[in-house]
Amino acid sequence: MNTSKLMDKEAIRRAITRIAHEILEKNKGTDDLCLVGIRTRGVTLAARINEEIKTIEGTKPPLGILDITLYRDDLTLIDSQPIVHETQIDFDITGTKIILVDDVLFTGRTIRAALDALVDFGRPSSIQLAVLIDRGHREFPIRADYVGKSIPTALSQNVRVILQENDQSQDEVIVEDAEKR
Amino acid sequence: MKEWTKHDLLDIQELSKEEIELVLKTSKSFKEVSTREVKKVPTLRGKTVVLLFFEPSTRTRISFELAAKRLSADTISISSSGSSASKGESFLDTAKNIEAMNVDLIVMRHSASGAPKIVAEALAPSVINAGDGCRAHPTQALLDLFTIKERLGRIAGLKVGIVGDILHSRVARSNIWALTKLGAKVTLCGPATLMPRDIERLGVDLCYDLNEVIAASDVLMVLRLQKERMQEKFLPSIREYARMFGINRNRLKAAKKDLIILHPGPTNRGVELSADVADGDHSVILEQVNNGVAVRMAILYLLLGTKEK
Amino acid sequence: MTLLIKNATIVSAKKISPRPQDILIKDGRIEMIGDSISSNGKEVVDAKGKMVLPGLIDLHVHLRQPGREDKETIETGCRSAIKGGFTSIFCMPNTTPVIDNASIVEFIIKEAQMLGLANVYPIAAITKGQKNEELTDIFELKEAGCLALSDDGRCVNNSQLMRLALEYAKMAGILLIQHCEDPSLSNHGVMNEGLVSTILGLKGIPEVSETIIVARDIELARYLKARVHFAHMSAKRSVELIRMAKSQGIPVTAEVCPHHFTLTDEMVKSFDTNYKVNPPLRTAEDVEAIKEGLKDGTIDCITTDHAPHTLEEKELEFDHAPFGMIGLETAVGLTISELVDKNILTLPQLVEKLSANPAKITGLNNKGEIAPGNDADLTIIDPKKEWIFQKEDIVSKSYNSPFIGRTLKGLVEMTICGGRIVHRVN
Repeated sequence: MNTSKLMDKEAIRRAITRIAHEILEKNKGTDDLCLVGIRTRGVTLAARINEEIKTIEGTKPPLGILDITLYRDDLTLIDSQPIVHETQIDFDITGTKIILVDDVLFTGRTIRAALDALVDFGRPSSIQLAVLIDRGHREFPIRADYVGKSIPTALSQNVRVILQENDQSQDEVIVEDAEKR
Repeated sequence: MKEWTKHDLLDIQELSKEEIELVLKTSKSFKEVSTREVKKVPTLRGKTVVLLFFEPSTRTRISFELAAKRLSADTISISSSGSSASKGESFLDTAKNIEAMNVDLIVMRHSASGAPKIVAEALAPSVINAGDGCRAHPTQALLDLFTIKERLGRIAGLKVGIVGDILHSRVARSNIWALTKLGAKVTLCGPATLMPRDIERLGVDLCYDLNEVIAASDVLMVLRLQKERMQEKFLPSIREYARMFGINRNRLKAAKKDLIILHPGPTNRGVELSADVADGDHSVILEQVNNGVAVRMAILYLLLGTKEK
Repeated sequence: MTLLIKNATIVSAKKISPRPQDILIKDGRIEMIGDSISSNGKEVVDAKGKMVLPGLIDLHVHLRQPGREDKETIETGCRSAIKGGFTSIFCMPNTTPVIDNASIVEFIIKEAQMLGLANVYPIAAITKGQKNEELTDIFELKEAGCLALSDDGRCVNNSQLMRLALEYAKMAGILLIQHCEDPSLSNHGVMNEGLVSTILGLKGIPEVSETIIVARDIELARYLKARVHFAHMSAKRSVELIRMAKSQGIPVTAEVCPHHFTLTDEMVKSFDTNYKVNPPLRTAEDVEAIKEGLKDGTIDCITTDHAPHTLEEKELEFDHAPFGMIGLETAVGLTISELVDKNILTLPQLVEKLSANPAKITGLNNKGEIAPGNDADLTIIDPKKEWIFQKEDIVSKSYNSPFIGRTLKGLVEMTICGGRIVHRVN
C-alpha cells in the first residue's frame, strides 16, 4: 500500500495553535464561545484547541461531545447498525457561538448531520467549523472556517488522522491509497 | 465489539452475553436523547412500527410508542383483545394483514406463549416480543439489567432475589435468563404453589423465607400479584400473601444499605410492596420506567439496522 | 371369490415362518396355508420378499363422523386406515352427537359395511353424553355391535361411577377403556409439566394427573376382579404401576401411541401445535420406560389415537389449538423405525402389539392370527423399505401430523380386508 505522511506531530501542534488564535481573533475573545467535538477524533482536537485557548486567554469555553450516528443519512445503506455513543452537551447552546470541530472535512455529510443534531439542542447564534484537514470532494455546500491544512486528494485515497489520545501512537496525518476491492 | 445480527427479539435465551452488553451500552447512549430539549432524533425516519397488542397493556405500549417516536418512526397501535379464534381470524392472519401494508417492525404482545415466535417465523418484518403468555418479556429484563447496572455498576456477582408469583411471570423468566447469563446469583422467593416445576434446574436457588432473601440481596425484584390467582385457589388470601411475601419497611431493616428494589409495575400497594417502600429510598421503580424508553429505543435502532432475513 | 398369496413369509405373534408359504383365501376367510398351492383360476398376489401379517387392529381412532365431517369421515378414516395397514379400527365415541345409543352404533357399522374398506367397531360411551353422570344402556349397545366402551377424551373420574361401570361392563362382558386423566390436576394444561413447560411458560399437565387414575383403577379392578384397559399411556410411572398390577394378577391391559415412544416435550419448543396431544408428550425418561414396557409385555397394544383436526383449528396459538394428531398412516413406519429397527421389538412382537393382542382384548377371535378359518384380513409389508411421509400423500382428511417430511422405514405394500385387496402400493 502506498502511504505518505502529510503532517507530523509538530505540524499538527502548530496548526492547532494557529486555529485557536484564529478563533479568538474572529470571535473577539471567549464570550459566548463554546466548542463541540464530533466523535471520535473531533473531540480530541476540540479539547486540544480548548487548552490552547486557555493558555492564550486564561479562560476555557465549555466543551461538548457530539455523536452524529443517529443523524447519519446512510443508515439504510450499511449492513449493521453502527454503535451509538453518548452525546454530552451539558450546557445550553442557545445564543452561543459554537465552534464545531472535526478531524477531516470530506463530503460534508458528517457536518450536515452534526448541524442537524446541534439545532435539536437549542438555537446557537452562530456555528463555525474547524477541521484539521480539508481534503476536498464536497457533496454539500459546506466549508470550514478554520483549516489546519488543505490537501487535494483522489477519491480513492484514505486520509488517516492519528492522535496520541485515541490511537496510542504518535500524532500524524497520513494519506494512503485505498486497497483495491 | 461484535455486530448486531439478530432480526427479531423474541426472548433473552437467544441473546449472547455480548449482545446483551451491546444493548445496555447502546441504551446508555439513547438515554441522553430523552434529556434533550428536542427529544427526537431522525434515525428511523420513514420506518413504520406497528404496536400489535393482543393483550391489554398501557405501560409497555406507551414506552414502545415513545421510543419509536423519539427515533422519528411512524407508529400505529392496534389492540385486539380476546381470543382471535372467536372473531374467526387467527392471530397469524391479523399479523399477515399488517405485514401486507409494508411495515418494518412489529412490536407484539399476546396472552399465549409462543405467538410472537410463530409470527416472526412467518413474516418478513422484525418482531419484538413485548410479552407472550408466561414465557418471556425480554425488553423488561433488559431494562431491569440496565437499571441495576446504572445503580450498582455491575451485574456479575450480585445477589438478586425475585419475589412473588414466579409461575405466571414472564418477567421473572426473562430476568432469570438474563441475570444468570451475566453472572448474577438469583434466588427465587414466593409461595410454593406459585413456583414452576423444575425451575431450580435453570440455575437458581429457591427460598421460602423472605427475611433471609432480603438480608442477602443486593437487588430485589418484586413481582405483581394478579388478583385472579385467588380465584384459581393458588393462595388462601391476599392478606396471608402480604403477610408472608409482602415487602414493608419493617422487613427492610435487615436489608443492605444500598439494596435496590425493582418492580415491573403496576404495583399492588399494600400487597407485594407497602406504599412507603414503593416510594422509598430503595425503590428504583420510576427509574425503570424512564430507562424503559431508552432500552426500547436501543432495541428498535439495532433491529431496524439488520437486513431482511 | 378366491385369492392366492404366493411366497408369503407369515409373521404371527409367536414367530416368523421359517420358509415362504402360500395362503389361499376363499369367501373372506383363510381357506388353507400350504406349500405350492395351485394358482389355477385364482387371483394371485406374489408376496415374495415381503412379510405377511395378520390385519392390523387399532383400538383407538377418532373418525369424527357424525358431527365433524370437515375433519374426517368414516370413509376418509377407513382409507387412511387401510393405507396404514389397519384392517380393523375401533372408533371413539366423542362425536357429535356422542355414540351413546344403539342407533348411532348401527349407523356407523352400516356406513362402514357399505364402504367395505375396513372393519369399523364403534366404541360407545361409558356415560350418557360422556357427561360423567349416568351409565349408558350397555347391554343394548353390546347388542347393537359394540365390543368396547370408553369416554375417551374424558376420564370417568368419579370413583363411584367408575366402580359401577366396571361392575356393569364385567357382567355384560364388554371391554372398558379408560382415558386416565384427573381433570382437576391437568387443570387446563397444554403440555407436559416439567422443565420445558417452565421454560416455555405453558401450563403443564403433570404426570400424576394420569398415574393417579391408573393407580385408582388398578385398585378398583383388583377389588372388583373386573377388567380395565388403559388408553394411551404416556408416563413412566404408569408403566410401573401396570407392571406391578399385572405381576399381582390384576386384570389390566394397556396401550401406547407411536408419538409417545417417538417424541418428547422438547418438541413443543417449536410451538408447532401438531405436538399438542393429550396425554402430552413427556420426557426422554418416559419414552424409555414406554419402550421397556412394550418390550417386556407390560404394554399390550400400540394404538394410534388418530385425531384429525382442521388446519384452521391447528393454526391457533398453542394454548388454544385442540389436542391430537393423525396417526393411522405412520404407525407401522414409526413402530418399525423406532422399535423393530432399534431392536426393542421383534416383528412377531409388532404383530402382537398391533394385531394379536388387540384382537384378544376385544374378543375378535377370528382375527389377530393368520390361520385357516380366520378372517382373511392381511397386511403385507416391506419392513426394509424406506419412504418419506409427505403431506401430498396423506389420505386422511386432515394433515395434523408432526411427522410430515420424516423418513420412515417399513412400508405397507398391500392391505387385504375380508379377502379383498383394499389397498396396494402402485
